[in-house]
Amino acid sequence: LRKNVEDFTGPRERSDLGFVTFDITADILNGKKCMVFFLTCIHLQSIFDWNVKQLFLYLSAEYSTKNNALNQVVLWDKIMLRGDNPRLSLKDMKSKYFFFDDGNGLKGNRNITLTLSWNVVPNAGILPLVTGSGHVSVPFPDTYETTKSY
Amino acid sequence: WPGSGGTRGGAAMDLFGDLRRMNKRQLYYQVLNFAMIVSSALMIWKGLIVVTGSESPIVVVLSGSMEPAFHRGDLLFLTNFHDDPIRAGEIVVFKVEGRDIPIVHRVIKVHEKGNGNIKFLTKGDNNEVDDRGLYKEGQNWLEKKDVVGRARGFLPYVGMVTIIMNDYPKFKYALLAVMGAYVLLKRES
Repeated sequence: LRKNVEDFTGPRERSDLGFVTFDITADILNGKKCMVFFLTCIHLQSIFDWNVKQLFLYLSAEYSTKNNALNQVVLWDKIMLRGDNPRLSLKDMKSKYFFFDDGNGLKGNRNITLTLSWNVVPNAGILPLVTGSGHVSVPFPDTYETTKSY
Repeated sequence: WPGSGGTRGGAAMDLFGDLRRMNKRQLYYQVLNFAMIVSSALMIWKGLIVVTGSESPIVVVLSGSMEPAFHRGDLLFLTNFHDDPIRAGEIVVFKVEGRDIPIVHRVIKVHEKGNGNIKFLTKGDNNEVDDRGLYKEGQNWLEKKDVVGRARGFLPYVGMVTIIMNDYPKFKYALLAVMGAYVLLKRES
């Protein structure tokens, strides 16, 4: 479900605002093939070893516009502590954060790539950022929605 | 006569006795030893600054805005390589223009132009809202120049010593006094 609404933002300029709802099915322990619309299968075995305190998961949208060569917007994040259920099955999620573009680059943008990544926070040591395999491309429509419903 | 610590009694008198018995040359030697230790420490720190590219390669976490990942008192190791692009999800340490305190938060939005000009927005994991309230009046984005470094590694609790020394200056002076006395009085056989 995607709408595109022109609205005002923190910077007090009119920029494109996108609404995205998504499903996430992720199995962080095993590499099972997920059959749902939004697929994120993480093929890593036992990422939660003794030195992993938590994972900071985030869903980011990456795209290019006329204004900016590269844009990345985090739509949703979640903290997964060691011991939490490593299987995620979230349906029909609305983005946690407003998906504002810097300018009007969402209208008619055909290629918005959504990827799930995570930051491994150890008990002590290096802090790596890992991107999950699998991503989804989301196109935005060419017109704006005038309804204010969300 | 000086040196008669035995007749006076008390540990303090013994200490003074010690100092007086040490001749001037020994004292200078000890002081030089101490100066060398301090210089080496400073050189290591400067070396770290050069190698990591960050003006402050080791920082202590001061607030709970990144919990449960980082708590007050944790130590962070930073790098700030010029060619490292700033990407969403990274943990950056930045300073707001005009303020001295470094803030450790995560990048949640990035807009980069073709010429490499980047502007980005940050938010603490444990905060409800993004950092726009923390930035300067009228400032909506951070730029590369505001970044002190990217967090690459971390050690828990170790930075607590710095916080305690800041909050309880008497502790800091006591520590320095003990260290100074130790170095000056230590005998090298």
